[in-house]
Amino acid sequence: MKFLKFLFVGIFFGIILVKSEAVSWYRIFEMFKFQSFHMYGIIGSAVFTGATALWVIKKFKIKNSEGSLAILSPKETGFIRYIMGGIIFGLGIRRRLPWTHVYFIRYRCVRYANRYCSCNCGNFCLWSFKKQTTTLNNFRT
Amino acid sequence: MEFILKPWPWYVSGPLIASVLILLVLFGKTFGMSSNLRTLCSIGGAGKYTSFFRFDWKAQRWNLVVALGAVIGGFMATQFLSDNSNIKLSQQTIDDLYNLGFNTPGNTILPPEIYSLQSILTIKGIAILIIAGFLVGFGTRYAGGCTSGHAITGLSNFQIPSIIAVIGFFIGGLLMTHFMLPLIF
Repeated sequence: MKFLKFLFVGIFFGIILVKSEAVSWYRIFEMFKFQSFHMYGIIGSAVFTGATALWVIKKFKIKNSEGSLAILSPKETGFIRYIMGGIIFGLGIRRRLPWTHVYFIRYRCVRYANRYCSCNCGNFCLWSFKKQTTTLNNFRT
Repeated sequence: MEFILKPWPWYVSGPLIASVLILLVLFGKTFGMSSNLRTLCSIGGAGKYTSFFRFDWKAQRWNLVVALGAVIGGFMATQFLSDNSNIKLSQQTIDDLYNLGFNTPGNTILPPEIYSLQSILTIKGIAILIIAGFLVGFGTRYAGGCTSGHAITGLSNFQIPSIIAVIGFFIGGLLMTHFMLPLIF
């Protein structure tokens, strides 16, 4: 029952992703070719709205449904991790969308599962590879 | 109703995406889809091998529910809320896609040249998807987020790591689009 609200948020999100065409491979191609404002408009207006709303939340100290202050905890500092990770994801995103889940829609589960497995495989390799190096337990998102 | 069935303009979609972020923040959570990959690895038992996956994944179940909802919502939108019109790509993009060998730009959400079963059953087709999936999985966990976690949430919160990561997304995306994609196709 407590998960129901998250299911609705997810459904809402899925509908927006499809209706905005932000899930489309073609739109992402167009974005990286700088041939349309569409995707920049989506990201720009989302960030503008998001930043304004987060500012209002901070300003008026609005509480979340769990009773504590509704703020986002800052990410760990670093440079190499973010730039390299970003580049690697950027390379992959051209072939595959950022929001894996929506794949399922038109192109059946096999393909979806296949891709999800390889994502997880990449995930797993990274952390096997890095396991000695850093303390990762409070790494989020 | 007609407005819902048509593709939504960016100035409607963008603020709606922000509302997803705000709803999750008000629920005491955060917006980030790729962290589900870590959760799934942990459920699959990856914690046996790597400490990164030894965490309280049950606390992340809400996010899996969001992802499940996104699948359901995506299905609903394509099946019941679309007029099946083509994506209105710019003419330049359509020409570039023809030149690369994509024959139906914008007719579907995803190009059949990459995602149709026929394409996937070739060595090249399956290699593209597996390598790409690997890059996304590796990259998102290394950078600590994907488009939702860094580009939307992180930038809205003015976080320096997210700005760096988004610059990285663009370097990678531009390299792939302008240099590597023409080599692959």
